[in-house]
Amino acid sequence: MRSIALPSIAASLLLLGSPAEAAGTHVVSDAPLQITIPAGEFASVLPPAPGVKTVRVAAFRLDHTPVTNEQFARFVARHPEWRRDRVPRVFADDGYLSHWKSATEIEPGQRNQPVVHVSWFAASAYCEARGARLPTWHEWEYVAAASATEPDGRKDEQWRQNILAWYSKSARQPLPVVGKTPVNYYGVHDLHGVVWEWVDDLSAMLVSNDNRQQSEPDTLRYCGPGALSMEEKENYATLMRIAMLSSMQANYTSKTMGFRCASDLGPKQERIHEPLR
Amino acid sequence: MKRSLVLLACAAALGVSGCTKDVTPQIVQVAEADTGGSRRGDFGPPVGEPIRAVLTSPPHVPPPTNRNYPARVIVELEVTEVDMEIYEGVTYTFWTFGGTVPGSFIRVRQGDTVEFHLKNHPDSKMPHNIDLHGVTGPGGGAASSFTAPGHKSTFTFKALNQGLYVYHCATAPVGMHVANGMYGLILVEPPEGLRPVDREFYVMQGDFYTVGKYREKGHQPFDMQKAIDEHPTYVVFNGAETALTGPKALKAKTNETIRMYVGNGGPNLVSSFHVIGEIFDKVQYEGGTRYQENVQTTLIPAGGAAIVEFHTEVPGTYVLVDHSIFRAFNKGALAMLEVEGTQVPEIFSGKLQDEVYIGDKVANLAPVSAAVQASAQGKLTVAQQIEAGSALYKGTCSVCHQDDGAGLQNVFPPLAKSDYLMSDPQRAIEVVLNGLSGPVTVNGSTYNSVMPPMSQLNDDEVANILTYALNSWGNKGPAITAEQVAKVRATTKRSVGAAH
Repeated sequence: MRSIALPSIAASLLLLGSPAEAAGTHVVSDAPLQITIPAGEFASVLPPAPGVKTVRVAAFRLDHTPVTNEQFARFVARHPEWRRDRVPRVFADDGYLSHWKSATEIEPGQRNQPVVHVSWFAASAYCEARGARLPTWHEWEYVAAASATEPDGRKDEQWRQNILAWYSKSARQPLPVVGKTPVNYYGVHDLHGVVWEWVDDLSAMLVSNDNRQQSEPDTLRYCGPGALSMEEKENYATLMRIAMLSSMQANYTSKTMGFRCASDLGPKQERIHEPLR
Repeated sequence: MKRSLVLLACAAALGVSGCTKDVTPQIVQVAEADTGGSRRGDFGPPVGEPIRAVLTSPPHVPPPTNRNYPARVIVELEVTEVDMEIYEGVTYTFWTFGGTVPGSFIRVRQGDTVEFHLKNHPDSKMPHNIDLHGVTGPGGGAASSFTAPGHKSTFTFKALNQGLYVYHCATAPVGMHVANGMYGLILVEPPEGLRPVDREFYVMQGDFYTVGKYREKGHQPFDMQKAIDEHPTYVVFNGAETALTGPKALKAKTNETIRMYVGNGGPNLVSSFHVIGEIFDKVQYEGGTRYQENVQTTLIPAGGAAIVEFHTEVPGTYVLVDHSIFRAFNKGALAMLEVEGTQVPEIFSGKLQDEVYIGDKVANLAPVSAAVQASAQGKLTVAQQIEAGSALYKGTCSVCHQDDGAGLQNVFPPLAKSDYLMSDPQRAIEVVLNGLSGPVTVNGSTYNSVMPPMSQLNDDEVANILTYALNSWGNKGPAITAEQVAKVRATTKRSVGAAH
């Protein structure tokens, strides 16, 4: 999937540095700050193989907020092939950036709201342009399992109820601006309660469309559906996100689907964020 | 099948002795064939132009298909997530098929090819799908209809089985989607249609789980733990406690045949569906083909339905309940059917009389008979009189004057420490026998009500009651004898039957 990147993206890779990162402040600029996430193991609701309970996640860096409309607009300005009036429909459906004022302008109130109505292709292209990538599901789930105080808060009833409370809020309400929810254990904002987020390995998220057929897991496709044990109620909150992702195809867009980028740890690790204790 | 065997036997007998016409009824009655189920539900490819199905919001039901051929029927159902009231001042985010709970009613004919378009509104936060229990095929259409927000899925199925079927969302987590109201009914009419009735209604029960308590105001999020524990906060018909009450009550007239399509979305509870004051003449239990007659309460499983019919004779308000009765009076499972028409007293009189009833009268009145015996022997003591009077007072006088003789301030005058009573025992005999109406002043307060004559009491009884009243609750007064009472009674003119 990722090899379809449009020709101009490669050429523009170097244009987007991360000035905000260099400044070392929380000023929202071309790209969100990134937080270094230490390596670790955790029990995923989507185990990597039958019988394997835990997933090992290598250290990586993750945007501390979702990408905003303003950040995405700068990307579109540099890569006009991703304007809503120019993008081929195979890469983004009719809803792509349909909430913007025009193909190149956003409404003033949208600046710091997370960008939505973006396809997986568009989100991937943005991250690539930053020299980054979308997080994998396991990376995303690993960081999102944290509560404010614990690396794995999933057994905390309040953690779960907070997430379910967001699900039960209508999507008709305006989106909040990014960075306003409390940071989690790793120092990351907005993993819950703001938007859905694309992940890199979307094609692997094709959980059976009818999740009750647990006897016939045919994959993550191999292990996904079989692993979705309804008895583990703490998984409900996560499960709903998987359901949402698995309903989306890579050119789909939605009013509540945004994204953030991740990066591998390069040789230079100058910005390691200490986990909050 | 058995019927044809009977005929064959009859034909064979013809040649011998001639077949008598009065074949015994019980032999004929055995011979009922089944409908053949899905094996006999395919009437060939759809005929004519596609037909757009009429969908209705509850409690309305689409008109009969009135067709005698299989058609291609287009159903367009839109999923929306909307905030609505589950009770006055209590809102909940319902996930709906068609903007209502339960979802739109779908009506097709057996053998129809249904072209189903499931649209998920762009404002939805969740993906959704639909599993129709009337579908023959994996998942009931669930996998084929899995739809992201702002998208639409299409699939077709042939309605092979007649009956009344639940449909619901089957997206993970299924329980939560159903708990949020994602269910409705699809009626697959038998090829010959259903017998016409005067009115049809669509009613569906569901249980709801909110973080806040029952009737706690404000917006209430879904409570997963209560749902897992199967402890609903609300159990309601048609998505809200007030959906079918007050001005929104179902309406009908007397002498009508009413048919209700009753579903149960669950997610957890089984309904004991009952209409207070009616008897179902017919119940197509579980939404199937056969019917039971003369049913008081019918069980409707979660994810199941029933067709109930009854005929209205008597006007009034009939209350639909889940007869697991705390759900009706403490969780909202209550709906109203208002039947208009003229009273029919020969069928139902209404209330004729309200009388005091004392349970276990014989045991309670033992002191009374003891007093009667003693009186006859001339050995009656004041203590016996008081004891007998106490038993008689309960139920005769205590209803108004209260067990402790204190009466009710400004309504019923007191007997305890009553200046009116104690100052003139003779007058008290007259009051008991003749009643009292109009204003009286007792202990400084004015009472203006009516005490009926208690002349049904015999002289002994009146004497004992008054002796009890004059010597209880701090009162110290004389004993009254039966002779005193008899004297007053003799001097009083009273119309026949005035007592009570």
